[in-house]
Amino acid sequence: MATRHLIPGVAAAAAAALLLSACGGSAEPGDAPDDATPSGEITVITQRTDIVDTVFAGYKEQFEAEYPDVSVRFEALTDYEGEIAVRMNTTDYGDVLLIPASVTKDQYENFFEPLGSVDEMGQTYRLVEEAAYEGQVYGVSITVNTQGLVYNKKVWEAAGITDLPATPDEFLEDLQAIADNTDAVPYYTNYSDGWPLSQWDGNRGVMGDPDYQNTHIAHSDDPWAPDQWHGISDGLLYDVVANGLSEDDPTTTNWEESKTLLGSGQVGTMLLGSWAITQMQQAAEDAGGSADDIGYMPFPHQVDGAFHAQVAGDYKNAINVNSEHKAAARAWIEWFAEESGYAYDEGGISPLLDGPTPETLGDFDATGVEYVEMNPAPAGQEAYETDVVNTAEIDLYGNIYRQKLVDIARGAADGDKESYFADLNQRWADARATVGD
Amino acid sequence: MSTVSSPVRGTVSRATATPAPAPPRRGPGRGLRVTPWLFLVAPLGLLVLFTYVPVANMVWYSFTSWDGMAPVKEPVGLDNYVRIFTDPDMFTVFLVSLYYLAGAFLQLALALYFATILSFNTRFRNLFKGIIFFPYLINGVAIGLVFLFFLRPGGTLDAVLGLVGVTAPPQWLGNPDLVNVSLAGTSVWRYMGLNFVLFLGAIQSIPNELYEAADLDGATSWQKFRYIIAPGIKQVIGLTTILAISGSLAVFEIPWIMTGGANGSTTFVIQTVQQAFEFKKFGLASAMAVVLLLIVLLVTWIQRRIIPDEKVDLT
Repeated sequence: MATRHLIPGVAAAAAAALLLSACGGSAEPGDAPDDATPSGEITVITQRTDIVDTVFAGYKEQFEAEYPDVSVRFEALTDYEGEIAVRMNTTDYGDVLLIPASVTKDQYENFFEPLGSVDEMGQTYRLVEEAAYEGQVYGVSITVNTQGLVYNKKVWEAAGITDLPATPDEFLEDLQAIADNTDAVPYYTNYSDGWPLSQWDGNRGVMGDPDYQNTHIAHSDDPWAPDQWHGISDGLLYDVVANGLSEDDPTTTNWEESKTLLGSGQVGTMLLGSWAITQMQQAAEDAGGSADDIGYMPFPHQVDGAFHAQVAGDYKNAINVNSEHKAAARAWIEWFAEESGYAYDEGGISPLLDGPTPETLGDFDATGVEYVEMNPAPAGQEAYETDVVNTAEIDLYGNIYRQKLVDIARGAADGDKESYFADLNQRWADARATVGD
Repeated sequence: MSTVSSPVRGTVSRATATPAPAPPRRGPGRGLRVTPWLFLVAPLGLLVLFTYVPVANMVWYSFTSWDGMAPVKEPVGLDNYVRIFTDPDMFTVFLVSLYYLAGAFLQLALALYFATILSFNTRFRNLFKGIIFFPYLINGVAIGLVFLFFLRPGGTLDAVLGLVGVTAPPQWLGNPDLVNVSLAGTSVWRYMGLNFVLFLGAIQSIPNELYEAADLDGATSWQKFRYIIAPGIKQVIGLTTILAISGSLAVFEIPWIMTGGANGSTTFVIQTVQQAFEFKKFGLASAMAVVLLLIVLLVTWIQRRIIPDEKVDLT
């Protein structure tokens, strides 16, 4: 019956190979797949436990209407990174999954099905390089985020601040004004949940150089020097906490509660990706305010008189290399990026090159901020930074060393900014020596 | 990281496998020599599969630099163990365990005290038994969350202290000098009920005549405790001490949920988890787990030497 669609399917695949049409390519371009027509039951693993039974159920309905031979089953994991890493020791980790951060690029081919070459995929999708290894793309972003600081406009206005801070010092002065003139906590670290601290690392594009991480950070013996990114960003975090501009007791912070605090104006500012804007707007409305209370500003650092903000893909959908329904899995990935509207609804930039820009970033755009897409590491160097991170045991992408930083800044651990940064630089340089260039 | 099963096992009654000297009447299909082993295949198989094979695997990983994902496990000899015993950061976390050890002894003392009191005819004794045992029935994650709200600034504890006039309470979790005390206190609250029930059970198995005889001789409560109860439950005290020590070396759940190891509350097991899942050093983390296992075995052995496992005769 429905398998009669074989010929249109092949035609669609050919069209997809040229330029993935909006009606959705259904088979793998290039080399022949095992089963060309999307069919069978696929298991899609997602981290969105909050909307898997609502929004995702709607996706399933629409997708199955378009691909009647495919049935979709969702599995939502609460601790996505932790649980998927364990399951990936087996072959049973769904048909479509999100590439976990812990998998290094050189391991991609062991776990994921290649989707196409960088050139080919890059004609349709943004940031394909982020999940590419040796010219092959393994994942498509579910949404694209930019980075900056989400803030409560009412609080900033009440403190008498009219223009956005352009330097870390101005930012500190503004926070001080909030502390002096309002009852709000100027900055909220979300120390206890940990992961919000890791957001600081996603702002490397602030330096305005798409090649920054290929020339600095893992290629530098002192990333915590005052003129380097981690010196600037971690230095700012340190100063915010050391000047008493953050919450009193960071160890009892609570992410869910922080949304209400920011929405209701009890907290002024938090550094978070643009994905957080919609959640904060919701929180503001729930707290009796308006979505317009929530603003988004670029990181307070300018290069050549302009703000820069990094754009980066969120989690990326990928196909399990052991999947028995690869065509169906691929159809889902393409449909998700092109037709589900997930990125737009989440206030993110579309993973498609010609996708819509969200309304939530209107003010942010108006600052003249330049978006920076970071260049991936050159071939053969993909795993280098991760290796240095793991060897140095300084979790740039995590929260352990930044929690220590906050502890030192608030006087709960020994040391000061200079001694801690010197220690980090030393450990980093030693790790670089161990890993080798 | 694999869980270390409790090294202490109660004495298992000998399996009634082979019957005593039987007349030479072995019919076919009855009483074969392998029959007892056939019955044991299932339990032994499960034991080997789920206990010894994983432990053997862990020991093997501990001699590699495996990152938890790569198909190849590169052998590195003793490197991981050398690191554990030469890097001061690795062992200073055991200092955190001292807080829990102190807490554990407080917990044993309290449990013994309440068990003794409630084994006599106290008013509402069943109600109190329930109240003391109740926390142990609550899920550890729930306890972590409840105490997070209890201990936060302006939380329940501060509110209660405010009622009795304490206006500037410390940050129970934010103060690095207090955080481990608060966490150990939570741990005591949770586990005291278990010790209490063990003690209570042991005390109630002491024959009643002994108390009656003691009463006739005019013994005080303290004398009854010192000369009847304490020797009577010596074995249980020994057992719970080992469990308390190994438990305080392997603390994980409560600090992990409440602070995630931040603010100087990192324990050895949290550090192991961080090495394995944050820095992808499964080899090193396995070595740490092996070291922890060996330390627990050592503590058990020392304890057995100090308090020998002898039959107690109260009469």
